[in-house]
Amino acid sequence: MTPLINETFIQITYLVATALFILALKWLSAPSTARRGVWAGELGMVLAIGGTLFYQGIVDYKWIVIALVLGSIIGVPLGLVHMTAVPQRTALSHACGALCVALVGTAEYYLRAPNVPPFVMAVLSMEVILGSLTFTGSLMATGKLQEILPQRPITYKGQNMVNLSLLAVAVIAAVILVLHPGQKHLFPLLIGIPLVFGVLMIVPIGGADMPTVISLLNSYAGLSAAAMGFVLDSKLLIIAGALDGSSGFILSVIMSKAMNRSFTNVLFGAFGQVQASAVAGEEARTVRSATAEEAASILAAANSVVIVPGYGMAVAQAQHKVRELYDALSKRGVDVKFGIHPVAGRMPGHMNVLLAEADIPYDKLMDMDAINPEFPQTDVALVIGANDVTNPAARTDQGSPIYGMPILDVDKARTVMVIKRSMSPGFAGIDNPLYYLDKTLMLFGDAKSFVGDIVRELAGSGHA
Amino acid sequence: MLPEEENVTSNLITSLYVFMLAGFLGFQVIRRVSPLLHTPLMSLTNALDAIAVVGAIVLVGEHKSTFATVLGTVAVVAAMSNVVGGFLITDRMLRMFKTSKPKKP
Repeated sequence: MTPLINETFIQITYLVATALFILALKWLSAPSTARRGVWAGELGMVLAIGGTLFYQGIVDYKWIVIALVLGSIIGVPLGLVHMTAVPQRTALSHACGALCVALVGTAEYYLRAPNVPPFVMAVLSMEVILGSLTFTGSLMATGKLQEILPQRPITYKGQNMVNLSLLAVAVIAAVILVLHPGQKHLFPLLIGIPLVFGVLMIVPIGGADMPTVISLLNSYAGLSAAAMGFVLDSKLLIIAGALDGSSGFILSVIMSKAMNRSFTNVLFGAFGQVQASAVAGEEARTVRSATAEEAASILAAANSVVIVPGYGMAVAQAQHKVRELYDALSKRGVDVKFGIHPVAGRMPGHMNVLLAEADIPYDKLMDMDAINPEFPQTDVALVIGANDVTNPAARTDQGSPIYGMPILDVDKARTVMVIKRSMSPGFAGIDNPLYYLDKTLMLFGDAKSFVGDIVRELAGSGHA
Repeated sequence: MLPEEENVTSNLITSLYVFMLAGFLGFQVIRRVSPLLHTPLMSLTNALDAIAVVGAIVLVGEHKSTFATVLGTVAVVAAMSNVVGGFLITDRMLRMFKTSKPKKP
């Protein structure tokens, strides 16, 4: 092949791959076509990698083959993790993607310097800065999610000032490099400072904020890849990066809204500070509790039940028991649905995956906007391991730290049942008035065993 | 401006247009993804993002310096683990999503 035909051939494989990537995301919009989307993505990837291997500038294939094989071998176990571990796996994959981008950017700089046009130097700086901070930031997020690192946020005075001044130094170094691309001694600053910044950025962030963090890191990873596309003049990479970047961006916005945080809050990564815990006046308020037997009889008499799962359910590994409950009630003709808050899991959509894994049909999984109008017609709302996302104070109490946060309106159901270990307040330390309502029954116990007890009562095996 | 510089500039402008259009397209397509599938969405976009591997492959293959080849090799390994792991887990997740309604014949 002549070089021209060769180049055209490669570009055509890239063009087709781009179209397949866009179709992949389009097909992902609904569960019925989603798997087709994965296949389209895979085909696009094979075409693009295959086409690249024909590039005539390649003089040696040895290390390419070794790296491709090694990467694939590492990728397989990462694709087979347990569903509860998907958030940390995702964070780790952001780290891998960002590492690739930062390394390629670094190599490109040292190969080309000092002949780097200003615009290329600018995007190259952005590529390396974003790639490096996403790399360490994502590793930190992985550590927190895997609970290797403490999940508790660590904050100190002037934290934002320290972080932002660090980043400013990196940006100034980048500006100097744009003007004088030959200043090779400045380039390590574009790697080192963001690496430190990535760690410092995640240090003040608590476990409950992870859905927002992961989405934001996803967006950064995408943007850094798009910047790499500018450096290498690869439209394929620009488009894939832009798609990934906008996806992460949209998810960050959805998550920040669901967590009651402003958008600037998200952009500047200042979302770590857990709101000062509101200490509620300790007046002796009465709660009504119930046994599994009583709960079972109320559920059996209901026409419609909405189950509201929170991460506590997943921690207790109760999803399979919940599925048995769903089966038992459905068999009795009870209409059972699930109301899922956007931040119910550790990453966007995580709770849906956990319930789908337990074989609960996805058409029963309703998002917040779809389920909220149904609560007034619901006989029983059963809350399992969720707290703040059901707290009516978010709607009514202007003094509450979570005021304004969108919640699931479980308090509008005719009867509310809450499975909870004890009366201790949830993660944010905010008391939940839901528990003191006359229509609320507290079911004290471990989510898994309590749901199991209800299922046994429903089956009638517990007593004659 | 030298003709070469002019070429670089016009290329960059074209790239900016491509970036902008892809960003808008991304917003439109991804807004339609059901919240049900937000986790698979993230793992799939991650796998697609690992297309950066093609840049790394070229870097390794051109073998312009040992430094570049070493960095490129690590980059290919990192990106390739995302490609394989990302597609694998996305497909595993999507296989679990089943409906209670009977399938249309």
